[in-house]
Amino acid sequence: MATKVVMEALSPTMEEGRLVKWVKNEGDTVAKGEVLAEVETDKAVMELVARGDGVLRKRVLGEGQTAPVGQLVGVIAAADEDIGSILSSAPAADETAGGGAATAAPATPSAPAAPPTPGTPAPTATQAPAAAQAPSAPAPSGPAPSGPAPTAPVPPHENGGRPRSSPLARRLASDRGLDLGRVQGSGPGGRIIKRDIEAATTAGPAATPRPTAAGDYTDVPLTQIRKTIARRLTESIGPIPTFYLTMEADLTRTAELRQAMTEAGNEFKVSFNDIILKAVATALARHPEVNAHWLGDRVRQFNRVHLGMAVAIEDGLITPVLFDADRKGLGELSQEARDLAAKARARKLTPNEYTGSTFSVSNLGMFGIDQFTAIINPPESGIIAVGAVEEKPVVVDGQVVVRKRVRFTMSCDHRVIDGATGARFLQDVRRMLENPLMIVY
Amino acid sequence: MPVITYRDALNQALREEMQRDDRVFIMGEEVGVYQGAYKVSKGMLQEFGEMRVVDTPITELGFAGVGVGAAMVGLRPIIEFMTWNFALLALDQVVNSAAKMLYMSGGQYSIPIVFRGPNGAALQLSAQHSQAWESWLAHIPGLKVVAPGTPYDAKGLLKSAVRDDNPVIVLEGEMLYNTKGDVPAEEYLIPLGKAALKREGDHCSIITHGKMILVALQAADQLAKEGIRVDVVDLLSLRPMDVDAIATTVRKTNRAVVLEEGLELAGIGAQVVDYIQRECFDDLDAPVIRVHQVDVPMPYAKNLERAAKPDVPKTIAAVKKVMYLEQ
Repeated sequence: MATKVVMEALSPTMEEGRLVKWVKNEGDTVAKGEVLAEVETDKAVMELVARGDGVLRKRVLGEGQTAPVGQLVGVIAAADEDIGSILSSAPAADETAGGGAATAAPATPSAPAAPPTPGTPAPTATQAPAAAQAPSAPAPSGPAPSGPAPTAPVPPHENGGRPRSSPLARRLASDRGLDLGRVQGSGPGGRIIKRDIEAATTAGPAATPRPTAAGDYTDVPLTQIRKTIARRLTESIGPIPTFYLTMEADLTRTAELRQAMTEAGNEFKVSFNDIILKAVATALARHPEVNAHWLGDRVRQFNRVHLGMAVAIEDGLITPVLFDADRKGLGELSQEARDLAAKARARKLTPNEYTGSTFSVSNLGMFGIDQFTAIINPPESGIIAVGAVEEKPVVVDGQVVVRKRVRFTMSCDHRVIDGATGARFLQDVRRMLENPLMIVY
Repeated sequence: MPVITYRDALNQALREEMQRDDRVFIMGEEVGVYQGAYKVSKGMLQEFGEMRVVDTPITELGFAGVGVGAAMVGLRPIIEFMTWNFALLALDQVVNSAAKMLYMSGGQYSIPIVFRGPNGAALQLSAQHSQAWESWLAHIPGLKVVAPGTPYDAKGLLKSAVRDDNPVIVLEGEMLYNTKGDVPAEEYLIPLGKAALKREGDHCSIITHGKMILVALQAADQLAKEGIRVDVVDLLSLRPMDVDAIATTVRKTNRAVVLEEGLELAGIGAQVVDYIQRECFDDLDAPVIRVHQVDVPMPYAKNLERAAKPDVPKTIAAVKKVMYLEQ
């Protein structure tokens, strides 16, 4: 029984993938679960594994080429099996998206070599072998994942509303404690369907805590005034009616803390950014009204703080997540932030490491930027942009003195956060930065 | 197992029931001397005589009414309509007399009658003679409606229809009379109100009835070659309808295509879709798609008639669409 190798959705938002390198050659025997190729998604380089046993008969997609999710990239079959019908039914590889690397496209042969042998029609369903031999296998029950590429999925939370989904998908997601907002729909108009839930459930271990486990959040129904604010302000600045709050904090004591820790030994060394992350996380734990997601018909306030940390990478930006950042010690947080940043730059983050944040921080201080505004990562309702730590003349008790200062600006989704709400939160952030013992307490 | 035609299966059913119960008789246009317009009653005049195989004038309303009267006084008539297109003239007797008599008489008169004949389109009989009437008939409380698509079902359902104490509509098909299939030599009955699973698969359900079962099975065969496994449910009875069978298949596959010969608006498929949404809302992974005749009077021109009728390619396309394989 032949198994199609298709471009799989290896990240929640992946629409296409570039095949970086084939690990297996045509003719190699492969077992289910073995790595076939490395694929660059929109976020990272991931492994594409075999979904069936057999011989890698054909590498349809060439190295360096790009294919949309769902497209045939190879065929696994028995050594003597006729795979002509599979190859002839596959759409040609997307040569434009390959960015010039598509010269020797080993795409589909123009005609199948021979008609399928009577009595052994070549099934195209990926799961056919699994389903035939082990009905209890956790494989998706439909051949859907091997089907032709779905139309381009739209981002979830379009219009800020809840994602479209089939009733079955909603039930399965609810049974499995999965937040539909984190699942990319592959059906018409981005509808989340059964195969998307199954892909999301089987994509990687559930090792990372997700902010959506039961009890981790409180859903707050929208009051009329909340609804009116959301509607009116979205008309004005949409789809996320954002406003900005800027505050300056004095880092004298933070600098002293840092100095003292550095003197205590290398293992205690932390950066200003680490302390700022910790301060924001600690403040978020006290302000669930800010640590919240806009879900269209309600606001989800999280009881846990999963802090997204924007990291610049060679050709873009990614936001790995410091899970439970408020509960981690400063040293642990510092180490984790360093590790995640390194992994991000090496493009080795797994989807679990860059999804699930409840709030985010972006820092351009190292570039000498005084202050800036960051763009909210929906459905989060806020992001803090941190500028450079600089020595400035300031007036203290009537005297002009030189102090270390930092400016931070919070972008707020006005549907969730009002000016005063955001201001109270920022006051807490400043208090902690100015009295850093509050965060190590 | 003997392989016989749909026509012969009906003939066996009629003869067996008339042999079994001498209150049973058949009446209609050309059923006797001519041996049946479609030869379903072949040999019966010779076997049972003209008191029990009754030729009528071309008076559908008249002989349908005679049948209802005969049933009221204890006989068990089988009324053959040359086609259900002609039975339109007799609907007053079917709907207002046969279907209502038990109710209107306060339970005094049951009407054990069968109205049978070919339903739906054949080939190039044009708009007035190519109509599928099942949604009209299944609409009426007091009637039972069955639509067998195979010789086996035709025999088993017709025998049950004759033995039922209510008016039963049996919808046959001109294009079905020559089709062949396995029919056991020994006696069997198929209960009214029960659907049959004609093909098992777990990817998608096709729910259909009547001659469209043949289309559904051909579509299932072709889809199987592409690795798509389809559950094919033959409703067999349209009133009462087997809601459990519909719910069972949709809960298994999460996707359904409802195929029928008739028109879309207020068609049988509309009722099936309603049962699905009512019973299986949380099991659906895709909207249900219906395949049916295009919403026009049936054209005479061969190419246009083909375009108007539901067929195998349309059914396959619908299955792929509900499986999100084609947008």
